[in-house]
Amino acid sequence: MTEHPLYVDGNALAGPLGEVFAVDPTTAWRLCPSCRLPATLAQLHVYGPEPGLTARCPGCAAIALRIVTQPEYLWLQLGGGAGAFRFTLPAVAPDVRRP
Amino acid sequence: MHGWRRARLTERTKQTATGRTLTFEVPHWPGHLPGQHVDVRLTADDGYQAVRSYSLAAPAGAGGDRIELGVQATFGGEVSPYLADDLPVGAEVEVMGPLGGWFVRTPQDRGPLLLIAGGSGVVPVMAMLRARAASASGDPCVLLYSVRAPDEVWYATELDAVAEGVRVRLLYTRTAPEGSRRPAGRITADDLLGMPPPTDTHCYVCGPTAFVEHAGELLLAAGYGPDRIRTERFG
Repeated sequence: MTEHPLYVDGNALAGPLGEVFAVDPTTAWRLCPSCRLPATLAQLHVYGPEPGLTARCPGCAAIALRIVTQPEYLWLQLGGGAGAFRFTLPAVAPDVRRP
Repeated sequence: MHGWRRARLTERTKQTATGRTLTFEVPHWPGHLPGQHVDVRLTADDGYQAVRSYSLAAPAGAGGDRIELGVQATFGGEVSPYLADDLPVGAEVEVMGPLGGWFVRTPQDRGPLLLIAGGSGVVPVMAMLRARAASASGDPCVLLYSVRAPDEVWYATELDAVAEGVRVRLLYTRTAPEGSRRPAGRITADDLLGMPPPTDTHCYVCGPTAFVEHAGELLLAAGYGPDRIRTERFG
C-alpha cells in the first residue's frame, strides 16, 4: 500500500470534478465506446499521481477522461483524443490558519 | 459545485500503530451519507499544496459540525504520516465534501448486506454500520474484516458493540490469535460460505486495490452480480 498506487476508483474524482460540476459526477453512467461495458464514473480505474489523472474503462482500459489540476485551473478532456476544456476554479480560500 | 471549507482538528484517537481517527470541526458542515469521503488539502508556507481523500467514519447527525476521518499513515508518504501524528490539535486544514454518491449505503436502503473491508478500508464501512445500528434495521448484515494481525484491528471494542445484529468475522492474513480455527491467510472462497445469498444481497468492498480486486473476483465467482457489488479502492 502506497500513496501512489497503480490505480484507484473513479470515486477519487469526486473532489476534483466536484469543483466544476453542480451534481455528483461519480454516479454518472457511461457506455464504453470501445468495448461496450457500462460503468458509472465511480467504477472507472483512475491512474495518477496528481496533478494528472487518467480515468480508464475497467473492461478494456480505453481512456474515458483525463484531468489535470493546477492551482487556478482544472483541465478536463473527455475521451482519448479530444481537446481539453479549461475551467477556471473558484478563488483559493483565504487565511487558513497554518499549523 | 463544492468549495474548500476550513476544518479544525479537535481530537486524535489511536486505532492501531499507524492508524488514527481524526475529529475535525467544520463550521456549517452540510451533513453526509455513510460511505462518503472528503478531500483534505494541506498548504505549505511556500504555497505548495497536497490533496488526499479520506473516508468519513461516522454518520452525520449527532456530531453536528464535527466529522471523523480515518487516516492510515503510509511509510514514506507525503501527507498521511503528517496528518496521523504531526498536525497539532487546534490547527486547520481545508476539506472539500462530502464527496461521492456511489459507495454509499443509507439505512433507508433495504436488503441483506455483505461488507468486506481490508485494513483501514473498514473506515467507510464503519460509517455504514454505525448508521445501521442507529436505525435498528432487521436485515441480515455481515462484516468480513481482513487484517494482518490482531493489533491491526480498527474500532476493536466498538465492533463488539455494533455487532448486535451484525455478524463480524475477522480474517487474519499474517498472524491469527491462538486457537483460531481459520489459518492466517488472505480471504478465500471458503470465507464466503454461509454469507447472505447472492439473490438480493448488496456487497460493499473497501480496501487496498489488490484486496478489492481479489475480493471482487471471489464475489463474482460465488454468484454475486456485478450490479450488486460496489467497491472503493484506496491504493
